[in-house]
Amino acid sequence: MPELVPDLTQPAGWLPLAFMIVMGLSILAYVILDGYDLGVGILLEAAGDGQKDRMIASIGPFWDANETWLVLGVGILLVAFPTAHGIVLGELYLPVALMLIGLTLRGVAFDFRVKAGARFKRGWDRAFFVGSLLASLAQGYMLGLVVIGFEADMPGLLFAAFIGVCLASGYALLGATWLIIKTTGELQLRAVAWAKRSMALLGVGIAAVSLATPLVSERIFHKWFDFENLIVLWPMPVITALLFFIVWRSLSRLPHRLAQNNDYGDWVPFGATVGIFMLAFHGLAYSLFPYLVIERLTIWEAAAAPESLMIIFVGAVIVLPTIVGYSVFAYRVFRGKATDLEYY
Amino acid sequence: MDPLLLSRLQFAANISFHILFPMITIALGWVLLFFKLRYNRTGDDKWMNAYRLWVKVFALSFALGVVSGITMSFQFGTNWPGFMETVGNIAGPLLAYEVLTAFFLEATFLGIMLFGFKRVSNRVHTLATVLVAVGTTLSAFWILALNSWMHTPAGFEMRDGVAHATDWLAIVFNPSFVYRLTHTMIASFLTVAFLIAGLSAYRWLRGDRTPAVAAALKVGVYLAAVLTPTQVLVGDLHGLNTLEHQPAKIAAMEGLWETQNGAPLVLFGLPDAETQSNRFAVEIPKLASLILTHELDGEVKGIDAFEDAHPPVAMVFWSFRIMVGIGLLMLLVSWLGAYALKRRGEIGPRLGRVLVWMSFSGWVAVLSGWYTTEIGRQPYLVHGVLRTADAVTSVPPLSIGITLVAYLTTYVVLVGAYVSVVFYLARQAGRSETKRSEPTALGPPVLPLATREPGRA
Repeated sequence: MPELVPDLTQPAGWLPLAFMIVMGLSILAYVILDGYDLGVGILLEAAGDGQKDRMIASIGPFWDANETWLVLGVGILLVAFPTAHGIVLGELYLPVALMLIGLTLRGVAFDFRVKAGARFKRGWDRAFFVGSLLASLAQGYMLGLVVIGFEADMPGLLFAAFIGVCLASGYALLGATWLIIKTTGELQLRAVAWAKRSMALLGVGIAAVSLATPLVSERIFHKWFDFENLIVLWPMPVITALLFFIVWRSLSRLPHRLAQNNDYGDWVPFGATVGIFMLAFHGLAYSLFPYLVIERLTIWEAAAAPESLMIIFVGAVIVLPTIVGYSVFAYRVFRGKATDLEYY
Repeated sequence: MDPLLLSRLQFAANISFHILFPMITIALGWVLLFFKLRYNRTGDDKWMNAYRLWVKVFALSFALGVVSGITMSFQFGTNWPGFMETVGNIAGPLLAYEVLTAFFLEATFLGIMLFGFKRVSNRVHTLATVLVAVGTTLSAFWILALNSWMHTPAGFEMRDGVAHATDWLAIVFNPSFVYRLTHTMIASFLTVAFLIAGLSAYRWLRGDRTPAVAAALKVGVYLAAVLTPTQVLVGDLHGLNTLEHQPAKIAAMEGLWETQNGAPLVLFGLPDAETQSNRFAVEIPKLASLILTHELDGEVKGIDAFEDAHPPVAMVFWSFRIMVGIGLLMLLVSWLGAYALKRRGEIGPRLGRVLVWMSFSGWVAVLSGWYTTEIGRQPYLVHGVLRTADAVTSVPPLSIGITLVAYLTTYVVLVGAYVSVVFYLARQAGRSETKRSEPTALGPPVLPLATREPGRA
């Protein structure tokens, strides 16, 4: 077996690693941030007409910047790991196209629904829902294909499609718990019910991915189930289960508390769901590392020339903290319950 | 069907759809800032009303630009894997800097600019408007640096068939960059000037005489009247730069098949690749030589000088003429408009209708200019370095074909929806401003004096 990890003291060694971390964090940021606004889009169809405006208002100032994390994640794949970008996106050509059309539909529907005439509003709301759902399903489908190493036979495709449904459900959970924080009254109560209903499929999906990866690759099996590794790793599934329990308990208690006008702990379901996504993401990253294309291409084999990576790295080190800084500022400006969107 | 042709069609469809919206947001960001600053200074409601309408157009254009831009970031890899494999070391950092310095900046502060007016101080809101405008412009800076580098590559060396950067300043400020950036920025401002003038004329023709309409109309017409001649000058300089670095493109633009001294300017003709000549040509003797070399008998290279490394002539020839034609029309209309506004204070119904028809003329000029330069670079993707055919994907043609149809359908629907919604917003703005100004009829208006100062636009 060839040496997987080269000398990390050399730029050609540590730069790809650094970019993998930045890319991973961008994708994680994307999944959580755009996850909640895609989730709100998926739930839109279930809401009453009066509630739709408020739901959209809860994501209005944020969705644009949320989607930019996808551009950064894919951008790093493109510029830092060009070979992998070609292979991965070539394999995922059709689901990528579906996702892009979905993202396009919902992105523009967000604006068109209030700017076109009132008689078109229902149609654009429908487009917002369809686009959000399509993008979520496509992303989950791609995750499924990545996990099984693009093994596109019938069971493989079914597995990927199932993961698509699970991820969409997970986004719906993020969206519903986000709405619990950002809304009040009847909509907030409905969001609690939506959240409860979306939990199960997310749990099943995480379990399915966790079981599939070690089955696909012996290397991953050993990474998790060799005794010395298991001793360190066992808290991950346990904490994930614990977080599911916390979400469930909080969702069960919230209706009573909200009935007494007590908002205490309304952020707990969202916070715990974010925790679940982070753990699941890290578990997956641990399984895949150091491969970008499972068992085919490592991050070092796929990396661009070190001198070009260095130029981007310097920029990223300066700019990324600034981006995080002003993103936090934007979230602070719009903290608290969502109000109607006004352009002035 | 041929995957190369399909990939090119798909990419052309995406980039053509995409470029429409940045061309509006780049300049409109600054125009909005101007409206905002005028309002801050004068307190005159007309500036705020103009801001209110155009910020909606901005938000809509921005959303369309973002989603089509996301598509672009994927298609670099899916359609042209050979591009990143060969010149990724150059293109990568430029794209990365665009995302890092521009995308997040504009997307984040757009939220505050659009919806944060009541949540932040006026100063912070103005700052957010500045940052959004800076963001869109920075984005243009980086992407045009990359695009210019593809036309006039510099500051690199080839090692084992892969480009490696040797001088980043030379890469960014490559020979055609400053010309292209200036030309494109002015094109964006002209697109916006005619959109604002056209929509304001539309409202004016519908009987909407609110001060915001007159103010916006003036801004649009005067901006166009100043920038159109500037653009003619800059376009000429850009052309001379192209002659120096990409003479084959100029030969195609001018429809010159043979290298000759004292080359004529072909005004009209049907370029025929079979016979290597123009049918039904209308020519002015020696003018092409005079324009390009500033000598009556200067030598101008024709298509025959470039063997197989020249672009398809007819498409470049025609897109160039459409761009120039619209440019001349813009010059005429904007000057007539400026003259009418100066003399009579209004544009009149006939010129008004022409302006309405020209609302989106900037788009046509931008696209035809874009096709001129991009098709003019063929058969290369990166001039002299990488041929388009060598960069194309190995994805099955059927997949490309299916997605091409899906993208095209989406884009046609969205452009249609966009144009009709922009006009709808203009009609709505008329109604809501009239409603808003009604109560002031009951009492004396509070702040109209500032507008009566002579000489203030």
